[in-house]
Amino acid sequence: MLEQLPILSFLIWIPVIGGLVIMFGPGDRLLSISQRVGILLGIITLLLSCWLTWAFATNTADMQFVEASRWIPSLNIRYELAIDGISLPLIVLTSLIGLLVLISATASIKKRQSQYFAAVLMMTGLMNGVFAAQDAILFYVFWEAMLIPMFLLIGIWGGPNRIYATVKFFLFTFFGSIFMLVALIYMGREADSFAISDLQKLPLSLTEQKWIFLAFLLAFAVKIPMFPVHTWLPDAHVEAPTGGSVILAAIMLKMGGYGFLRFSLPVTPDAVAEYAYWLILFSLIAIVYIGLVALAQKDMKKLIAYSSIAHMGFVTLGTFIIVYLTAMQAQSMALQGAMVQMISHGLVSGALFFSIGVLYDRMHSRDIADYGGVVNSMPVFASLLMLFILANAGLPGTSGFVGEFFVIIASFQADWRIAMVAGLTLILAAAYSLWVYKRVIFGKTANEAVARLDDVTKRERLVLFTLAILIIALGVYPQPLIEIMQPSLEKIIESATLSKIGGIG
Amino acid sequence: MTVDLMPMLPEIFLLTAACVVLLIDVFSKDFDRQLTYRLAQLSLLVTGIMVIAQFPDLQYHLYQRHFILDPMAGMVKISVIALTMVAMIFARPYILQRPILRGEYFILHLFAVLGMMVLAGGGSLLTLYLGLELLSLSLYALVAMHRHSTLSSEAAVKYFVMGAIASGFLLYGMSMVYGITGKIHITDIALYLEANEASLTLRFGLVFMVVAMAFKFGAVPFQMWVPDVYHGAPTSVTAFIASAPKIAAFALLIRILGYGFEQILIDWQSMLIIIATLSMVVGNIVALAQDNIKRLLAYSAIAHVGYFLLGIIAGNGAGYSAAFFYIIAYAIMSLGGFGCLIYLAKGKQEVSLISEFKGLGQRSPWGGLLISILFLSMAGLPPFVGFWAKLEVIRAVLDVGLVWLAILAAVMSIVGLFYYLKVVKTIFFDQPENESKVKAERGLRLALGISGIAVVALGLFPAQLLEACRQAFQYL
Repeated sequence: MLEQLPILSFLIWIPVIGGLVIMFGPGDRLLSISQRVGILLGIITLLLSCWLTWAFATNTADMQFVEASRWIPSLNIRYELAIDGISLPLIVLTSLIGLLVLISATASIKKRQSQYFAAVLMMTGLMNGVFAAQDAILFYVFWEAMLIPMFLLIGIWGGPNRIYATVKFFLFTFFGSIFMLVALIYMGREADSFAISDLQKLPLSLTEQKWIFLAFLLAFAVKIPMFPVHTWLPDAHVEAPTGGSVILAAIMLKMGGYGFLRFSLPVTPDAVAEYAYWLILFSLIAIVYIGLVALAQKDMKKLIAYSSIAHMGFVTLGTFIIVYLTAMQAQSMALQGAMVQMISHGLVSGALFFSIGVLYDRMHSRDIADYGGVVNSMPVFASLLMLFILANAGLPGTSGFVGEFFVIIASFQADWRIAMVAGLTLILAAAYSLWVYKRVIFGKTANEAVARLDDVTKRERLVLFTLAILIIALGVYPQPLIEIMQPSLEKIIESATLSKIGGIG
Repeated sequence: MTVDLMPMLPEIFLLTAACVVLLIDVFSKDFDRQLTYRLAQLSLLVTGIMVIAQFPDLQYHLYQRHFILDPMAGMVKISVIALTMVAMIFARPYILQRPILRGEYFILHLFAVLGMMVLAGGGSLLTLYLGLELLSLSLYALVAMHRHSTLSSEAAVKYFVMGAIASGFLLYGMSMVYGITGKIHITDIALYLEANEASLTLRFGLVFMVVAMAFKFGAVPFQMWVPDVYHGAPTSVTAFIASAPKIAAFALLIRILGYGFEQILIDWQSMLIIIATLSMVVGNIVALAQDNIKRLLAYSAIAHVGYFLLGIIAGNGAGYSAAFFYIIAYAIMSLGGFGCLIYLAKGKQEVSLISEFKGLGQRSPWGGLLISILFLSMAGLPPFVGFWAKLEVIRAVLDVGLVWLAILAAVMSIVGLFYYLKVVKTIFFDQPENESKVKAERGLRLALGISGIAVVALGLFPAQLLEACRQAFQYL
């Protein structure tokens, strides 16, 4: 019976409508009701996505849970939702992170909490929509609509320089995506359909592909973010409230990676082959140069933000290295690496931002220099943070290791020099991660305030332990995740390696 | 010979109603002009029902082909009437508190609507000109309503002089066309152009007409009057000028260029490309520097005219329907946008600076939300109606292979987003300077609610309106 229900629509609209109801219904006057309803909705969303995982067939690359209905017939735009092996893990991640953000917000957000709940819930729903949409325009609608709650989230609950940061964030992402819109409309006209599967089949000349690829690149590179259009991220992260940073790092950056896999590779394979050299170069710059930049940070959030950019460099490297690989196995390993890296980074960076939030709620400072010897007053927190930091550095046994390892091995088969440069991250990430850990956690107790810190509360424990368990589970046994993705990734590789110029046209 | 007057019934009824209301107003002792207001709304409502009742399924050329009744005319009339009714709801509480409370205020609206209806159904250059003049004269008088205010008087004089010059241009162009072709009907001109080569003089006449229409639209380089008039006119009048007449002007443009001069599309297309490009660039960039909200909206109106022209430039049915959709969407948003200014005006105090929006999100959450929705919709963000409008016009220019124009429109909408965001930022992120709640009448809240809901509902379900716009051009 459950099979007939429009589960994907539920995943999108339950949080969105729920958010609106909370904002205009109970609001701040009946805060405890708002909180309960919000968390309940978060739990329902998570359970629905878990059910999705359970019912998902892992032996096919076909779209599953398809929902299609007319939306705008005169333009051939359809309301079409479906998922495959790439969307599913991201949807589960989104629902999980959304719920954790809500749980942690009950204590850490002081003003206009119900509106915060509403914004987070709406974002969760809209991001699920991005990953589930199978119509290009529907995808774009979700992709853009999601900016509005994020804009408000940073602007209302952010730090002192929040307005600059949020406007910069909005303009940067809008700048990227408007060109994608033009490209989508262009292709939609040619194909007389906006269904993503039709766009993937559309034959395009090399010139067309190049322009479309560049338009996509602007959108996805800003989002993921790639060097040199990454500058909005540190600003947005530093000023955003904890929950905002977590959602930004854990999910929104993944939308860029998802876009590369869903659009760039299958739609413009020849342009990808043409430009892969540059993209790999920029990925390597991100990995090394941004890693060095991270080393120099004085602000914890900024440090994690830069490390995010460096980690996402692995996603783009894994995605575009397949051009230089010939063996199917190596190619699929590269893409697996990219995907696992995305999921893992979602968990790890989320956990790290939550941890910084824990410290910030107590000390109201993100400066590394204000801390020291935290282990003396917060032993449980210190050990949890140790795990997250090591996962960030890519320690074997944590999820951070799997993705990077796959990508490095795959790139080794393309060119050993690429692998070597990428491998530098093992040193750099370890350096900045461990060094910041040492300065914050170990050493003498820095000041009075640090000595009086309380260890993690029950609520924080729930959030951090959940993430810790998942990080270890994924690090030790990533097989189930890989099995889910494998058929879909192979399909992408197939279409990405098939030239559109000679073959079809 | 008997003449069937039924097809013109709405126009005849409105004319009669306007005269009757005028008479009643003269003898009415009602100090608040409540009666006049209600009668005016009632006459518009009845006219609207008549238009809907006789909504044409085909294209009819009536009364020696001076009058066209087709789906486009029907759509234009319905939207004009609906927008005017909402505009009058906005205006009611506004003029109550100001020395412009006169019965003429509403009666001029009725005459303006009549002018727009004639314009929409114009089948010859004469009817078109007649409709346009009836509309323009009513608008001049409306702008001048606040006669003791120097700002308003200045605006009115500017508007009148500029408008008169533009009308002169239009008439001059029309006379040239008539002189060459000997035809006054749109369809005859089209037939003439099919049979004969267009002479230089004819093209010259076309240039004059395009210039005049660009004047009326406020497109660059004929935009100078727009900011001053929008700023100087009473806000409720600005709200009206910025909405319904744009749709009527669209009808003028389509009737002349689309129906009459389609054969020499290549001539007016290049003119419009220049005008559209300049409008998008100048409107958006100058709007960045505005701190007066009315002027900001005025420059944004100039920019929107540029986007709207993209659909016309395409020069085919799909393009016209895209432009039609754009102009309807824009009229709704702009009416709502100026309506918000009325909503925020405290007593006799006007809202002029953007900084007066500070903390509105806290002082009046619903109002703040509505204004933000309207502004984000103007910026073209989904899931609001402005997004589909942009999508349609970009698709239209891509259809005819003008990729660079599509990219320019995209770039300019980034610039546009910046100043719209500036307003949203002020509403939600800045601390309020005073804690005073915004008090507004029920009617005002209703009108604002209507425009807000229209923007969201058409954003989520644009299919019907898009389809209707497409239907409007099936007889082209």
